[in-house]
Amino acid sequence: MRQDSEDTIKIIVPCGSLGAGVREEEVARGFRLGAQAIATDAGSTDSGAAYLAMGKSKNSRGAVKRDLRILMTAQAEHGVPLIVGTCGQAGGDLNLAWTRDIVLEVARELGLAPRIALIHCEQDKATLKRLNGEGRITPLPPLGDLQDETVDQCEHIVAALGVEPFVEALDQGADIILAGRATDTAVIAAFPIWKGAPWGPAWHAGKIAECGVQCAENSTGGAGVLLCIDSAGFEVEPLDPGNRCTPNSVSGHMLYENTDPFRLTEPGGILNVTDAEYRSVDERRVRVTGSRWENQPYTMKLEGAAAGAYQTIMLVGIQDPDVLEDIDGFHDRLLAALNERTRQCIPEDELGEFHISLRMYGWNAVTGVTPPPSTATPPELGMLFVATAATQDLANTIAHACNPYFFHYPSIMGKELPSYGFAFSPADIPCGRIYEFKLNHVVQLDDPFELVTTEWVGVGDANESEEKARA
Amino acid sequence: MPKLREVCRHVRSKQAGPFWITFDIYFDSRESFDLYHQSPALSVERFASLYGADPALVKRIPVPQLSMVKISYPRLTPQGGMVERDMHAGQQYARLLDVPLD
Repeated sequence: MRQDSEDTIKIIVPCGSLGAGVREEEVARGFRLGAQAIATDAGSTDSGAAYLAMGKSKNSRGAVKRDLRILMTAQAEHGVPLIVGTCGQAGGDLNLAWTRDIVLEVARELGLAPRIALIHCEQDKATLKRLNGEGRITPLPPLGDLQDETVDQCEHIVAALGVEPFVEALDQGADIILAGRATDTAVIAAFPIWKGAPWGPAWHAGKIAECGVQCAENSTGGAGVLLCIDSAGFEVEPLDPGNRCTPNSVSGHMLYENTDPFRLTEPGGILNVTDAEYRSVDERRVRVTGSRWENQPYTMKLEGAAAGAYQTIMLVGIQDPDVLEDIDGFHDRLLAALNERTRQCIPEDELGEFHISLRMYGWNAVTGVTPPPSTATPPELGMLFVATAATQDLANTIAHACNPYFFHYPSIMGKELPSYGFAFSPADIPCGRIYEFKLNHVVQLDDPFELVTTEWVGVGDANESEEKARA
Repeated sequence: MPKLREVCRHVRSKQAGPFWITFDIYFDSRESFDLYHQSPALSVERFASLYGADPALVKRIPVPQLSMVKISYPRLTPQGGMVERDMHAGQQYARLLDVPLD
């Protein structure tokens, strides 16, 4: 049976990422089982740098609002904290403001008046250059020392939060905490740590539950999990009664999206699970013991996103047997023809640096590696054209210049020109800029709050109307 | 000699932050792990050559208690960059499946 005691701290992690689809009945079940808080992240770096660079969310406003309605209703009904980290996918100030506005809208619609803490961790470039000059910023492999120019290239830079600013906001009575970029783990570990749980189990529980139900056997069976943390370890169970956690599914998640299966570096220490033991409590629940926290000098990881060149794409479907019989040869001949055509059509001084690539979907688009000669001929091919240039206009112009070749280029010269299957008209699709993460560095701090600002807002605050006036 | 897919219950790849790709190779039993996890086909050198990575930067960590091996390497091109083909690196494992384990 469950080893509940009065000291057991119970927390609902309702989904892998806010906006992914919280289940109302799962949240209700978590509260029937005694949950004292809800915590979830709302993003990560996984989907690329665009969301930090542009300050945009990946999940749609409607999806995030829907999840927030369920969670804010539960928060108000049960009077427990709702903690959301990495707001708006990337946790920059724009992403955080976007989330704040949705929360305030939901609060007004539901007639609620929560006390909301906004934890900001976006960094200004002058501060980072000063810290770099003081030797307090160090690289993580594979990158080298930070250059000021790299800081200047970034559109937005955030420092990933540890638990301390969350703990302080809980101390001050936050009903809802909306945080900028935080480590996925910290968002969940903060509440049990605030309640006095040992740090090893609290951080380990945070890592296991960071993707919601993904630590269960069926990662599509429901959305969330319940964590129960006590003085000696923690238990995890899926909130969907039909799903189950097993020692394999839980220990497997410790390895997920990490390069080190035993040690996870977090702000202020390392979670060490070398001696952790995972055992089944019953058919659905796993108990984990032996997780250790090792204090280290305080660091925060920096993430910076830069915007680069522009891209335009075109897509055709091909069933032409001549192409399918010699896909690699066709690819090479067409690519050479497209590069030549581009240089012929656009004056060199206008064109500048450009790049064209063809990705042969159904053949080798995912790897770019030539398949072995024995590979069977596919029934059809999707061919994606990607032009990259300094401006959107130029990338579009390259696509326009290449269009007739991309449409009609034959695999065997001299035959009647084929016409490949465009799916759209206009055929070219402007994609905007390329975005890349430029930083993989940590900043050393004596004070966990040095790069963090907490702002308090409520429905009808002057602060809110000020923001609205500006928008 | 068996192919990797014949002695594994699960093989996956994923980004580990924007700068690394990590592979989790779960053998189907402790016996398979003991027999094959040190196969030269899963050595740092062969793995680096299969993916074009710098062998000096490849991390390889066996986890006997889970009968698995974790292998990671720094991305060759930036995530989401000009020639991105697999933003989350979630399809890169497929190349491993038919590797014969000698």
